[in-house]
Amino acid sequence: MPSPSSNNLWQHTLGRWLKPGRGAISAIPLLWLGLFFGLPFLIIVRISLSEAVIGLPPYSDLIQWVEGELLPSRVRLYFANFLLLWEDSLYLDALGNSVRVAAVSTLLCLLIGYPMALGITRTRQNLRIPLLMLVILPFWTSFLIRVYAWIGILKDSGLINNFLLGIGLIDQPLQLLYTNFAVYLGIVYAYLPFMILPLYATLSRMDERLLDAAADLGCRPVYAFWRVTVPLSLPGIVAGSLLVFVPAVGEFVIPDLLGGPDSLMIGKVLWSEFFSNRDWPVAAALAVALLALLVVPVLMFERIRTKGQGA
Amino acid sequence: MRGLDPELGAWQDPDVAPLVEVRSVTKTFENHRAVDNVSLDIYPGEFFSLLGASGCGKTTLLRMLAGFERPDAGKLLIGGVDVTKWPPYRRPVNMMFQSYALFPHLNVVDNIAFGLRQERVSRSEIRKRVAEMLDLVRLGAFAKRKPEQLSGGQCQRVALARSLIKRPKLLLLDEPLAALDRKLREHTRFELVNIQGQLGITFVMVTHDQEEAMTMSTRMAVMNEGCISQIGTPTEIYESPGNSFVAGFIGAANKFQGRVLGQDGDVLLVHADTTGQDLRVCNPQAVASGTPVVVAVRPEKMRITQDEHSTADNRLNGTVAEIAYLGDVSIYHVRIASGALIEAQLTNRTRRADATLTWGDPVWLVWDSDDAVALFE
Repeated sequence: MPSPSSNNLWQHTLGRWLKPGRGAISAIPLLWLGLFFGLPFLIIVRISLSEAVIGLPPYSDLIQWVEGELLPSRVRLYFANFLLLWEDSLYLDALGNSVRVAAVSTLLCLLIGYPMALGITRTRQNLRIPLLMLVILPFWTSFLIRVYAWIGILKDSGLINNFLLGIGLIDQPLQLLYTNFAVYLGIVYAYLPFMILPLYATLSRMDERLLDAAADLGCRPVYAFWRVTVPLSLPGIVAGSLLVFVPAVGEFVIPDLLGGPDSLMIGKVLWSEFFSNRDWPVAAALAVALLALLVVPVLMFERIRTKGQGA
Repeated sequence: MRGLDPELGAWQDPDVAPLVEVRSVTKTFENHRAVDNVSLDIYPGEFFSLLGASGCGKTTLLRMLAGFERPDAGKLLIGGVDVTKWPPYRRPVNMMFQSYALFPHLNVVDNIAFGLRQERVSRSEIRKRVAEMLDLVRLGAFAKRKPEQLSGGQCQRVALARSLIKRPKLLLLDEPLAALDRKLREHTRFELVNIQGQLGITFVMVTHDQEEAMTMSTRMAVMNEGCISQIGTPTEIYESPGNSFVAGFIGAANKFQGRVLGQDGDVLLVHADTTGQDLRVCNPQAVASGTPVVVAVRPEKMRITQDEHSTADNRLNGTVAEIAYLGDVSIYHVRIASGALIEAQLTNRTRRADATLTWGDPVWLVWDSDDAVALFE
């Protein structure tokens, strides 16, 4: 092992050589974000501020130019789309419904995922990686196909109904598909790994001697779980919950394929606004509003995280 | 420190019942016998050390006392109650962990109060006792800090306070000083002994550091390969090691293998294989001639002299092969006629003391029969 001083010297020299390169390294993700998130988002914001017109593209220009002049003659920002979101109850209802479905799904994922993550951390070392692989394995097939598979399981002549009919427990097929139940099932199924993986990451880093210490100080295992394990896994709980909640709010495929007519979710509304109504400005306004709402929990997480690191 | 204490130890008082009784305890981990048929009594108020190299089973024994491991065979009694099958949270015992195991999400006060919050202790009582503990370990100014904002020494004191606040009958300490740097370690030794004396709680400490065990303990058990080699006060262990392992493990010893030739009162005459001459060693028990024996002499018990006519029970001549000057003492390696190296230690009582001898000088090593120990295996 090199001595600390020679190590520092090495780092110093290396740092000097890499200095121009270091900027480039952080520039790549920034460029990526700028090109594939920032720019499209600006386009969406721009569309959300224009008026729907019949034409191609189906929205008005913000800036009107007069030929031969350098400066634009008129800039028109159209806020009516955002007002419509507020005034038409359809959007708020859909949003409320989405938030509720996402929140319940997140809670279910937490209740199912926490024992699974804890179980994986407490098994023998050589079993952990295979168990984690089983959690990740579904990602290797297409998301859409996995959701379609649930249709095959839940439909009237599907696996569950055929089985229940076969053993004579029911004599009429149960309505499972196209219900809210199916939506919850689909979301919990699809997003569970996003809950388990961050939970596993924090739980596996926890020092097991802390549980010994708690037991030594008179804590039964149940209390040690609530007083030591849960608080220490809070960053994992928050990260996992966000990873489930945020995409679940805007989820479109699952409610569209598994949900019934009453499972109105914001993602579905957005889709129909865009493709059925061809009202791009309202759809874009909806997307911008949704993003603004979802930034709030992310910022909250950031605060908990920095506070957790002990200011 | 304790060895010079004139009063009788609790272990010598027939009226005092032991606080901890370890009865033929055995623990095996996957074919490895970590603790092998160990029996041990620890008395109230003792500062008892389990001393041994890593892997000797001392930590396993401590963890069994805490309840983290269950013995395969044997019994553990604390205060006369069989606690062998009790889980850790039921035992009247607290432990200070080697790496401290402080709760990283709790500040100093909450860490210390953890054990009390588990019981139905009133808030005002908790506040009072935490304040007492903060005073005891002098951490009042750091009450609101998180463990990561504390130095190693401060963490150590939080761990101590946390393990003492429930006023356990018995405190277990797993290498309590190992993570501290040298200066702090020496200072903390005295502090731990003082706190133990102040509170009157029985301490059982695991350590691999013999100096630590010697300076802090009332009694200690030297462990080797899952068994106890010897139990005794530091003085007993050092001056009268019971066997060759203890003599070599605690301090340094020159060992001469040989056979008993005869006995003259309480002095044995031993024919040693390496010395070419017979050695005289104090041993009050009668031993049959021909018995194999090891004569052990500590380096500081040997005098090193150039005076041919010095009188002593044992004299060996040789030449100086190595000199290690350590400041307060010098260590000489002397090669005797058979080629064996003998270690002798000289205290540098005057400033030029080490200058009188140099490499290659012919010298005499002399010691009296009662400065040597006869060990029988």
